[in-house]
Amino acid sequence: LSVEFTLITGRTRAQGDALHRGRTSEAYRRATRLVEMNGEDMSDLGVEEGDLVSISTLAGQVAVPARKGDLPRGMLFMPMGPAANLLVGDETRGTGMPSYKGQTVKVEAV
Amino acid sequence: MSTVIENVVCTFCGNLCDDLAVEVEGQQVVKLRKVCSNGVGLFKEYDPTPLPPAIDGEKVTWEEAIAEVVRILDGSDSPLIYGLASTASEAQRKAVALADRLGATIDTTSSLCHGPSGLAMQAVGEPTCTLGEVRNRADLVIFWGCNPAESHMRHFSRYSVTAKGTLTPAGKRDRTVIVVDVRPTASARVADRFLQVAPGKDYEVLTALRALIRGKPVAPGSVGGLPVSQLQELAGQMKACRFGVIHIGMGLTQTGGRDVNVGEVFTLVAELNQYTRFSVIPMRGHGNVTGADQVMAWQTGYPFAVSFNRGYPRYGPGEFTTVDLLARGEVDAALIIASDPAAHLPRVAARRLEQIPVIVLDPFPTLTAETARVVLPTACYGLDAAGTAYRMDSVPLRLRPVLSRQRPTDEELLDRIIEAVQPC
Repeated sequence: LSVEFTLITGRTRAQGDALHRGRTSEAYRRATRLVEMNGEDMSDLGVEEGDLVSISTLAGQVAVPARKGDLPRGMLFMPMGPAANLLVGDETRGTGMPSYKGQTVKVEAV
Repeated sequence: MSTVIENVVCTFCGNLCDDLAVEVEGQQVVKLRKVCSNGVGLFKEYDPTPLPPAIDGEKVTWEEAIAEVVRILDGSDSPLIYGLASTASEAQRKAVALADRLGATIDTTSSLCHGPSGLAMQAVGEPTCTLGEVRNRADLVIFWGCNPAESHMRHFSRYSVTAKGTLTPAGKRDRTVIVVDVRPTASARVADRFLQVAPGKDYEVLTALRALIRGKPVAPGSVGGLPVSQLQELAGQMKACRFGVIHIGMGLTQTGGRDVNVGEVFTLVAELNQYTRFSVIPMRGHGNVTGADQVMAWQTGYPFAVSFNRGYPRYGPGEFTTVDLLARGEVDAALIIASDPAAHLPRVAARRLEQIPVIVLDPFPTLTAETARVVLPTACYGLDAAGTAYRMDSVPLRLRPVLSRQRPTDEELLDRIIEAVQPC
């Protein structure tokens, strides 16, 4: 089952804290390699807390653990970082800014 | 024996909190007061011990490293200078001078945060104020597409929510705080009201608000996921407040619409000044990204995305911005100053940095440095180097070091490089 979602990336406190231990640290990798989802969306996909989900766009694909988040249905949130950046395309619509927020992505349970 | 240094500026984010108390023992920060977790991370994790530069991971002398930097830059047909958000304005000025000498393109991390706000500013103007005015006057504070609870942690207590000012002596009780976002963020929890806009619909909501403020009819129902009745109420609050401010974030600049969204905010705020006092301040992320815009603008005429490849500055968002240049493979060498594009850029663009010679100037280890040809470990402005940084409201603050400096600054190294490279 592959379902379309809207992906939002952004800062989190955990990502900020891990940043100070270095972007090459395991703490930073853990803080940025996850996706938050609405609980009902997780149930619909048959995904439990910590299960890997595959997220893909035309730019790339990544498999990250899912976590229940306070999000409306149909929305995903990923902390900014190398994992989320695999999904962001290079189209900037003449501004220099890629679509870090609001991209449509496909999600399926791994 | 330890020493406590008062009123130190923290350079982590655009808040530039200037009230830190830093206790130093020898060359180590041992205790901090009036600081957030990001400030603690910055001050406690930085080790000022001098480190040798490296070429392909091998330690070399400074002379060898500078010679290699010069060889790379002189041999490049299309060099890019990028970053600048976490360095001092004195170094930013040198970076522009180097770009001019090389005929390089120079771009800052603004192109990945509030570059679209810069475009909007050029199109419609920016009705703004200082954070001091927010603290002392604002009785209506709106956070639109930003989450300071996780990105600018002391903004609420120093400037915008619980801060007590001349006309806001009771702090939060003297203010109405509204958060507009696509999801209920940590910041929404401190707000009096949270308005959840549908993803990508900010422009529609802002346009409806402008209409309602002018007294024009808006068809009943909802706009961008918000009932028109709620927007009518918000429009009334905006017109009735004594001093309002909108803080905007990357929820507006990184989504569909980008600069057009921000232009609509700026226009809305300008129009509100027919009824009351209203201002807007973008929530700038890195400590001196505002300074990068300032220095670029007063040195070249443009805030970011500037090419000197014809011998004079040309502005080109979408053309001379880093993601576009790297994705198109139009850069054959890169000098990265106080930034980590390998961590922040879309992978499709960052990949290019692994295929070309990259030079990194940074006080901290970065992902970009892992694959860079030359790494120059520098001093950290505000910790062991003095300099100037601009707060998010464009107020410049002097950075006083709390540790003795043993490393070269970005400014010193850029000076050496400028002297050694061939003019284009």
